[in-house]
Amino acid sequence: MSEPIAVGGRYVLDRAGFPRLLAALRGAGYRVVGPTVRDKAIVYGEVREETDLPIGWTDRQDAGQYRLERRTDAALFGYTVGPHSWKKYLFPSRERLWTAVRKDGSFEVRPEPVDESPLAFLGVRACELAAMSVSDRVFGMAGDPSYAQRRRHILRIAVQCGQAGGTCFCTSMGTGPAVRAGHDLSLTEVVRPDRHFFLVEVGSEAGARIATDLPLRPAPAEDVTDATALVERAAASMGRTMDPNGLRDLLINNPEHPRWEIVARRCLSCTNCTMACPTCFCQTTEEVPDLSGEKVERWRRWDSCFNSGFSAVHGTSVRQSTNSRYRQWLTHKLAAWHDQFGESGCVGCGRCITWCPVGIDLTEEAAAIRVIPPPATPAATAPGAA
Amino acid sequence: MNGVPPPGVLRLASHPFFEGMKGDLPQTLAPLAVERTYAFGDMLIREGDIADRFVLIFEGKVALEIVLPDRPRVTIQTLGGGEVLGWSWLLPPPEWWLDARAVKRTRCLELPAAQLRTLLDARPEYGYQFLLRLLPVVAQRLDHTRMQLMDLHGR
Amino acid sequence: MAASSMPAGPRDGTGVSPWVPVPFRVEQRAAETADTITIVLTPPKGVPATPFLPGQFNMLYVFGVGEAAISVAGDPAHPEALIHTVRSAGKVSGALSQAALGTTVGVRGPYGTGWPLAAAEGKDVVLVAGGLGLPPLRPVLYELLRHRERYGRIEVIYGARTPKDLVYYNQIQEWRGRTDLRFQTTVDAADREWYGDVGLVTARVPDIRIDPANTIAFLCGPEIMMKFTARALEAKGMTEGSIYVSLERNMKCAIGVCGHCQLGPEFVCRNGPVFLYKDVRRFLSVREL
Repeated sequence: MSEPIAVGGRYVLDRAGFPRLLAALRGAGYRVVGPTVRDKAIVYGEVREETDLPIGWTDRQDAGQYRLERRTDAALFGYTVGPHSWKKYLFPSRERLWTAVRKDGSFEVRPEPVDESPLAFLGVRACELAAMSVSDRVFGMAGDPSYAQRRRHILRIAVQCGQAGGTCFCTSMGTGPAVRAGHDLSLTEVVRPDRHFFLVEVGSEAGARIATDLPLRPAPAEDVTDATALVERAAASMGRTMDPNGLRDLLINNPEHPRWEIVARRCLSCTNCTMACPTCFCQTTEEVPDLSGEKVERWRRWDSCFNSGFSAVHGTSVRQSTNSRYRQWLTHKLAAWHDQFGESGCVGCGRCITWCPVGIDLTEEAAAIRVIPPPATPAATAPGAA
Repeated sequence: MNGVPPPGVLRLASHPFFEGMKGDLPQTLAPLAVERTYAFGDMLIREGDIADRFVLIFEGKVALEIVLPDRPRVTIQTLGGGEVLGWSWLLPPPEWWLDARAVKRTRCLELPAAQLRTLLDARPEYGYQFLLRLLPVVAQRLDHTRMQLMDLHGR
Repeated sequence: MAASSMPAGPRDGTGVSPWVPVPFRVEQRAAETADTITIVLTPPKGVPATPFLPGQFNMLYVFGVGEAAISVAGDPAHPEALIHTVRSAGKVSGALSQAALGTTVGVRGPYGTGWPLAAAEGKDVVLVAGGLGLPPLRPVLYELLRHRERYGRIEVIYGARTPKDLVYYNQIQEWRGRTDLRFQTTVDAADREWYGDVGLVTARVPDIRIDPANTIAFLCGPEIMMKFTARALEAKGMTEGSIYVSLERNMKCAIGVCGHCQLGPEFVCRNGPVFLYKDVRRFLSVREL
């Protein structure tokens, strides 16, 4: 290409040129992680060659259902999101924070160094960019160092969705499907019988550096139009919707709504939703001493507000019933998050709906709490009443 | 007592239990009231004795104690000026089920239960007024007892 | 008006991870009751003492056992002697209460919001402590007495289970001997040796002499005790806008990222533990929140 790659510029990469992207990333020192097919799902893992990608695969998702299916074409990114989110790289499910050894009657702590080798996330959906932005705020406010360190070394190659999934509702949450910000590169895959290409949009200098090594040509207007049409098609075919207006007040003001008991009867408190959710951040710490007692490791691992001991104070859990735990999760995600971080904690990716073994759908729950009139508040009882 | 000014007259109607009560029940009861002063250590009521009076404490401090057969006595509540003591005479069997001991010099007005009961039975509106005042006191003791039962500090 | 606050974990400023405890030395220890001790911790050489606000807490760490959130109980004017009163109630607090002189206890912190002393100036001040609620309020009392002229009447009510469970016993006698404050103690149950009040702290509230329109109250103790005490104070004419409570929830990180300490939208470690009662009252009355 004769002109230098510009941030904000739009280019075309032919399908045949795609392997050059992986080569360019590796050549720039990035380890590439992205979608792979494993255990009948599309999960994030190491991507060394393009054959590692889910070429020709798509997913069919609904509440409590996930199935891979063969596509009729050879799209590389023709699926939506799987059970993994990128949080597995930024906030690993188990992480050693530090190691301490006894020394001279005291102890010495050695913080765990964070692997700072650059990572390229390949195939980041708009909702996932939004989720990372949400997590940036959560971990940033807490001053968490390892999240911040990892985050600095991530290159994000986004993929705009050409189709929506059965449980997707990013349009309701304002997080997609169009990729607007946070990407270093954004790809929109256009697959036609006569042509298979990617519209490449450069989002940053780091993205531009990678793009310079690719066989790109400036995108003609009709290619941009085709790509845009695909994203609009995705926007129009969302599997779910959720009205986010007034959700904050609605949930905070209705802790005794009858719906909580209804959903509690179904919920298994299995924590699948919190594990699959890209913004859930609850964690616990563990002290792991060795047998000699001279050395100890402090670990952190994912926790879930659905776990029984999560809210234990003085040995007794505050939230003993499933009702209270489901209420905690949903109210935090859709309402309290606004108070804490100034935005919703939900990005509309639908994972919690897909991966709930009993198919609980938070869009349905939120709608139900809105529609059914809440019960009248019982009058306060005077002290000493029998 | 040498050099000590005589104590002020205790007026039934000015005790918080009767304060603001409508009608003339306090005035009607006033002639029945007997003033008593208990020195430190004196027993006001004893568990098992016939419950024979309603005590209005004006000043001092009274410890309500439970006597257990195999343990030292336990004080479960102290009452001070403005509080009342003793309603077992309203319920059968009319026996005290606690001890009450003055842990400070305590001045009271005491209403004899039999006469009080006769009056309240004869005039239902008096009875109702009296019970309306008594119920919150009993409710509060129950509340306090429940909280003590929860042994909040023990957790 | 929100409780006063300070950035969390000042040790982060040194570039050390906020997860890393600093090894302090147990300089003194004294038993308060059968299951409660007070320890005095000093920082390692070269590490300056970190100031704290009354009401803040530290995460205290026992090597190989774990951490527990414990309020700072000492004089804010002397942060070089970090004082904590710990009751043996679990694995970590049990280990802390066994910590021998000269051994090491890890410290992370201080964290959280403090009691709003500035808002108390010119007002009558009521402190109500239940059980282990006195240690988090003691730093307030030090400050109030250090600048006594800034405040109106000071009424303190302290309740414990039995006389044997009273902490800071000798200091209480000192405070009770002062004429510039009133310190009432009460217990839930007592034997014949006790000549003080028996009953809940709420029973002492009607006796306090305050101007309810110009009073601030700080409450600390079991949640239900704080709720009923607030009610009793309101019966005296105070409002929920002048009552502060110190809340307690499960804490792992103390930096607002483990999620355990949430009460509704509030992170007790970060937005608390001191809260204006008006702001949290509704959450405290929801079952299992």
